[in-house]
Amino acid sequence: MSNGLGRRKFLLYGSAAFGTSLLLKSCSTPPETGTDTGNGDGATGGENGDTIKVGILHSLSGTMAISETTVVEAEKLAIKEINEAGGVLGKQIEAVVEDGASDWPTFAEKAAKLIVRDQVAVVFGCWTSASRKAVKDVFESKDHMLWYPVQYEGQECSKNIFYTGAAPNQQIEPAVQWLLDNKGTDFFLVGSDYVFPRTANTVIKEQLKAEGGNTVGEDYLPLGSTEVTPIITKIQQALPDGGIIFNTLNGDSNVAFFKQMQGAGLTPDKYPVMSVSIAEEEVRQIGKEFLIGHYASWNYFQTVETPENEKWVQAFKAEYGEDRVTNDPMEAAYIMVYLWKQAVEQAGTTDLEAVRQAAIGQEFQAPEGLVTVNPNHHLSKTVRIGQVRDDGLFDIVWSTDEPVAPQAWNQYVPATKGYACDWSDPSKGERFKVEDV
Amino acid sequence: MLELAVGIFNGFSIGSVLLLAALGLAIVFGLMGVINLAHGELMMLGAYATFVVQNIFQGFGDGALNLYIFVALPVAFIVSAIAGLILERGVIRFLYGRPLETLLATWGISLILRQFVRSVNGVLVLGIVLFCLLFFGGLWFLSKRTDWERIRTAAISALLPLSLAISAVAGVLVSKTGVEVLTKPWFSARNVDVTPPAWLRGGFSVGIYQLPYSRIFIIVLTVLCLLGIYWFLNRSIWGLRIRAVTQNREMSACLGIPTDTVDALTFAIGSGLAGIAGCAITLLGSVGPNTGQNYIVDVFMVVVVGGVGNLFGTVIAALAIGIVTYLIGSGTLALMFSNSDALQPLTDFFTFFAATSMAKVMVFALIIAFLQVKPSGIFPQKGRTAEL
Repeated sequence: MSNGLGRRKFLLYGSAAFGTSLLLKSCSTPPETGTDTGNGDGATGGENGDTIKVGILHSLSGTMAISETTVVEAEKLAIKEINEAGGVLGKQIEAVVEDGASDWPTFAEKAAKLIVRDQVAVVFGCWTSASRKAVKDVFESKDHMLWYPVQYEGQECSKNIFYTGAAPNQQIEPAVQWLLDNKGTDFFLVGSDYVFPRTANTVIKEQLKAEGGNTVGEDYLPLGSTEVTPIITKIQQALPDGGIIFNTLNGDSNVAFFKQMQGAGLTPDKYPVMSVSIAEEEVRQIGKEFLIGHYASWNYFQTVETPENEKWVQAFKAEYGEDRVTNDPMEAAYIMVYLWKQAVEQAGTTDLEAVRQAAIGQEFQAPEGLVTVNPNHHLSKTVRIGQVRDDGLFDIVWSTDEPVAPQAWNQYVPATKGYACDWSDPSKGERFKVEDV
Repeated sequence: MLELAVGIFNGFSIGSVLLLAALGLAIVFGLMGVINLAHGELMMLGAYATFVVQNIFQGFGDGALNLYIFVALPVAFIVSAIAGLILERGVIRFLYGRPLETLLATWGISLILRQFVRSVNGVLVLGIVLFCLLFFGGLWFLSKRTDWERIRTAAISALLPLSLAISAVAGVLVSKTGVEVLTKPWFSARNVDVTPPAWLRGGFSVGIYQLPYSRIFIIVLTVLCLLGIYWFLNRSIWGLRIRAVTQNREMSACLGIPTDTVDALTFAIGSGLAGIAGCAITLLGSVGPNTGQNYIVDVFMVVVVGGVGNLFGTVIAALAIGIVTYLIGSGTLALMFSNSDALQPLTDFFTFFAATSMAKVMVFALIIAFLQVKPSGIFPQKGRTAEL
């Protein structure tokens, strides 16, 4: 008797659970994972009949989803535009979207899946340096191709990765130089406790030493931590009369940092903060009241005045809503699809080696201005410094006259000083000693 | 002297945030023995309630916007208390006395709540409301019948799939119409922007320092909550019942105390306090689906160090952890020893830990050491008299 009841109960609860999951599934938005347009068997190089398959590998869930979904949108917009204009080599691009779930081993798994099972022609993906490092081995062992759209700490130059975000000498170094020239010499460094801020701060400290600045203190906050009182006290003690704060915090900590800075009376006129991970989207989430007057360094701001940018911002808003903003990583993600398309068209095939050769030297009139793919797989980019203004966008207060050539290996850090990277010459490759430096 | 005063203030302000967040858990975990891993998510719901209230007040102009926090506090309390009530009635009451199952179940609930705020939209709410109406309405209707006891199982197994199917189909149909108001997520996975009212954004100047008004506000709020809870537990009739049930459930039931109602009430109040904490942390930090995760570990730490079932212990633990975190993290300890050469190694030692992430390591190490000496916290429960 009790057995029968147990089974019935099991059936009851089982059907309830199953039904609830159905209900939730039917009510939520359709899952983004999976192919966008039909299924193909997949041929070598991602070509199959009338379509070319490309992989998109970002976090659609987890902590990083907030940032990475915007990049996916930019990539999809570029693919849609290219398809509407006739595609690549006369074929439509078909995006296979995979979710890295903010989990680095998952990134590696999904990268292998895209390469082996879907046989994509190229993968666009990753945001955090940790996820890039996780998939780097996969792309190198399978000799495949990844395009990476986010500014990062440098000190890497893989044959199998194209970096379309800024290298440190295209974002951090010019920002430090500009602060030294315009704002003073005393720097306090604040960052989240992981690879990018620590590497970036090493670079900044070396640069300050070389250029006559002072590092008066540095502190690291665990990712996601929101208690910044000790850091604020340290800043007040180290810089009682004001000074520069260089901020490499990431994620939620930024909100806490700026909210509590204002409460403690650290205002931008005395304590200007230069951030390298706060763009238009983050300004909206932190609240512009806390950020007005602070600075950020990027290659692209929504307020850049080029005809290409005007067109892009319009297209983006038309696709995703009037209230949306565009930012640097999204722009880098958008242009890398076009750069890859140009490289494929020049090569006349999606064969990886041919595309890799053809990619070097590709030029594109991007929203941020002219960009060129250099032999070290990074882009020449214009560097800009913006100040947050009343509407939450940036006033561009300074920019380089022309694109800055990227340096994969940092020239301020002793271990890599004098090294460069050149994939157009097989004898040089990832890291070689430059003569007479 | 000034440094010391500011230091104490800062330590207190860190401690008061911890305490406010831990207060609800001290009640739920301490009095009821429920390991509620969804406590952080109840805080998050409070924070989102604050966000909604703020947006409503934006429509009333600047004058009203300055006062939204006073409406947001009770709203956050009510929202989280209701969520807690549903949680207790729907899940936790079946799991009393089984801490491991409670732990897993509440962790699952925390995942569900996080995903819920990410993907909640008109269609989802419509589906859930329709399902509840059909299912519980149907049950209520059928329970009027005289042969209810006999047909109960059959009725549930018929109603459940039926109402699920109807609401699922309705959901699919509505989402097919593509009305954006219904299909657009309310909050999405992004963090939302909660801006404290203008009068809470400044600070009170003391020499070169400035004491943030938001911190003072939180300290005052914490004291008020503490007094309120103390009064409720020790002076009100329901407080008496709660204490009675905590001490001896069977005996209280024999004496006619409705233990079920007491459980629900206790849990709802604990959850409501989490909501108030959620409202308070919008003054300091970010509001997003993961907000609660940033606090849950610290909050459990406070309750465990304080001693389970003891509000006073929780207060001491929160303040102690806050002050120690501040003294180590801000390098004040390192400064104190730097005057004398003999203590040079000590200075070096504390300088090494004078970074926020290292301070956390040190605090955890101290707590582990402390729990070796006093495994049940500052004020351990003695015998059967688990008193407040």
